[in-house]
Amino acid sequence: MSVRQLSPDQPASFAFKPEYSERAKRIIAKYPAGRQASAVMPLLDLAQRQEGWVTRPAIDVIAQMLGMASIRVLEVATFYTMFELHPVGQHHIQVCTNLPCQLRGSDAVVHACKEKLGIGLGERTADGKFSLMEVECAGACVNAPMAQIGDDYFEDVDAASIGKIIDALKRGEKPKAGPQNGRVHSAPLGNFTSLNDAPTPPPMQDLGAAKAAFEKAKADAAAKAAAPKT
Amino acid sequence: MLADKDRIFTNLYGHHDWRLAGAKSRGDWQGTKEILDMGADWIIDEMKRSGLRGRGGAGFPTGLKWSFMPKTESDRPHYLVVNADEGEPGTCKDRDMLRFDPHKLIEGCLIASFAMRAHACYIYIRGEFYNEASNLQVAIDEAYAAGLIGDNACGSGWKFDLYLHRGAGAYICGEETALIESLEGKKGQPRLKPPFPAGVGLYGCPTTVNNVESIAVAPTILRRGASWFAGFGRPNNAGTKVFCISGHVNNPCNVEDAMSIPLKELIEKHAGGVRGGWDNLLAVIPGGASVPVLPKAICDNVLMDFDALRDVKSGLGTAAVMVMDKSTDIVAAIARLSAFYKHESCGQCTPCREGTGWMARVMKRMVKGDATLQEIDTLERVTYQVEGHTICALGDAAAWPIQGLIRHFRPELERRISAYRDAKTRASAKAA
Repeated sequence: MSVRQLSPDQPASFAFKPEYSERAKRIIAKYPAGRQASAVMPLLDLAQRQEGWVTRPAIDVIAQMLGMASIRVLEVATFYTMFELHPVGQHHIQVCTNLPCQLRGSDAVVHACKEKLGIGLGERTADGKFSLMEVECAGACVNAPMAQIGDDYFEDVDAASIGKIIDALKRGEKPKAGPQNGRVHSAPLGNFTSLNDAPTPPPMQDLGAAKAAFEKAKADAAAKAAAPKT
Repeated sequence: MLADKDRIFTNLYGHHDWRLAGAKSRGDWQGTKEILDMGADWIIDEMKRSGLRGRGGAGFPTGLKWSFMPKTESDRPHYLVVNADEGEPGTCKDRDMLRFDPHKLIEGCLIASFAMRAHACYIYIRGEFYNEASNLQVAIDEAYAAGLIGDNACGSGWKFDLYLHRGAGAYICGEETALIESLEGKKGQPRLKPPFPAGVGLYGCPTTVNNVESIAVAPTILRRGASWFAGFGRPNNAGTKVFCISGHVNNPCNVEDAMSIPLKELIEKHAGGVRGGWDNLLAVIPGGASVPVLPKAICDNVLMDFDALRDVKSGLGTAAVMVMDKSTDIVAAIARLSAFYKHESCGQCTPCREGTGWMARVMKRMVKGDATLQEIDTLERVTYQVEGHTICALGDAAAWPIQGLIRHFRPELERRISAYRDAKTRASAKAA
């Protein structure tokens, strides 16, 4: 288990901005009547998108919106690691260090980030622009090592390319997400070993014959079951 | 090797248009109404005959699972829940289906829901997959606008609603009952079974939870026929499968190939071989972090399917192949996985909550060799005390990698312990 606690420094209040409030309503409508608690995770995510992190007042407001006890929302906020309980940088860099990434050099990527930003894991730069974290498997293992920055995956990175990405972010640019070594998503680098043919629609089986066979098998089974046992 | 015409995921690499027009040109949404008109019983029977086993790790027959749902609707609605909370280290196959072939999944959701008499389906996607969720939502909106899903899905008269729900970073929510808890707005802590979800699932209603790949392959199976799908792989291990090949290979990649393909062929044909050649191979974890590691000697000949890997005391799991060459510190590699399970234990069951932490701490010492020889046996004994003594399989998943390490690499553990002790003796002799 990971121990996660709320920040000791909390703002006085929280309110969803009108456009977020609208989105919240649409989210709640996805779930059956009386089951609006299902919307707690999307709403916490919404609050985090608005404020940058999940605050205690936001937890209380969401609890009220969904008719939940505040402690239930707090439980959810502390259980799921994507909810940031402390302020993070404008660019939140999360480097995966699980085995597939470790095997392909994620330690060097973490080291490069630390050097470049002058901060350690779990820390934020003084100007509030960057924060750095180590995360568990992000599910891009054939593009290891990888770092998630905000919502985007930067894949097939190394110490040099992650440095360039951070430099671009420092300059206020939007670096291109995805594989950094020129490959096509999860395909092997260089030539494809499959999917070289133009895709064609698969043929449809003879549904009439399939239905007839199915009905016959069903009738045979019924007849067998009805037959007296000898 | 599998021919391109027999591949289900023709846009696995996103090199074609993933939206509705592109999906239709590749055959999705063709004859969907005719398939629904065949009836729920036929669909389930055809899925059973295809031999498809669940693609999320456990390998339970998909058609059989569908048949466990109540045959008639009661006042409790039925639900299909799609598990897109992909997070087993090494695994990244569902991600490509979600972002590049979303219409295969949506069509599968409709057909599976119809077969199980569900009018609503939730897709639970891991929170980190933000861009994948965006693509999928666009595809869902397209399907609604085209009348493929909604009040009269594909003109079949079946009302079908599909919703996307994003998670927030908890590995445990990949366990089906934890996923249901999470979807209900709670901490993702697994439920005791029974009751099974088919009886009491989401909101207390009959529910089936299926992996993305299991659902996304269903339309193609039904179109081409059960016997087509059953024609690939060995008996009881039918079909095609998307493999994820990561680690020390020349070209890591995702690729769809036939089940029961030899591991060596898979790595050499698609991933450009092991870095430094096959003889530089140390070990492979063949099915995601939770299955036991296999040394090279077994990798030389083993087939990639459920039964072959079970027979060598490992498992196909999610078919995520993690390759480690001779430069790998195998003890550190397994210790990294132990740290992962410690981090992801939900804390509900004592053997797992305390055991994962204990095992991770001992594994950390084993990396240095800072242990006694007897502790190897103690560690192994503890893994068996965790395994099978928890509500869900996370305890088992934490135990198996260590068991695999001790089974195949015990001499390496012993060597480190001796070396560490010798170094310490020398140091104290020098000091004296």
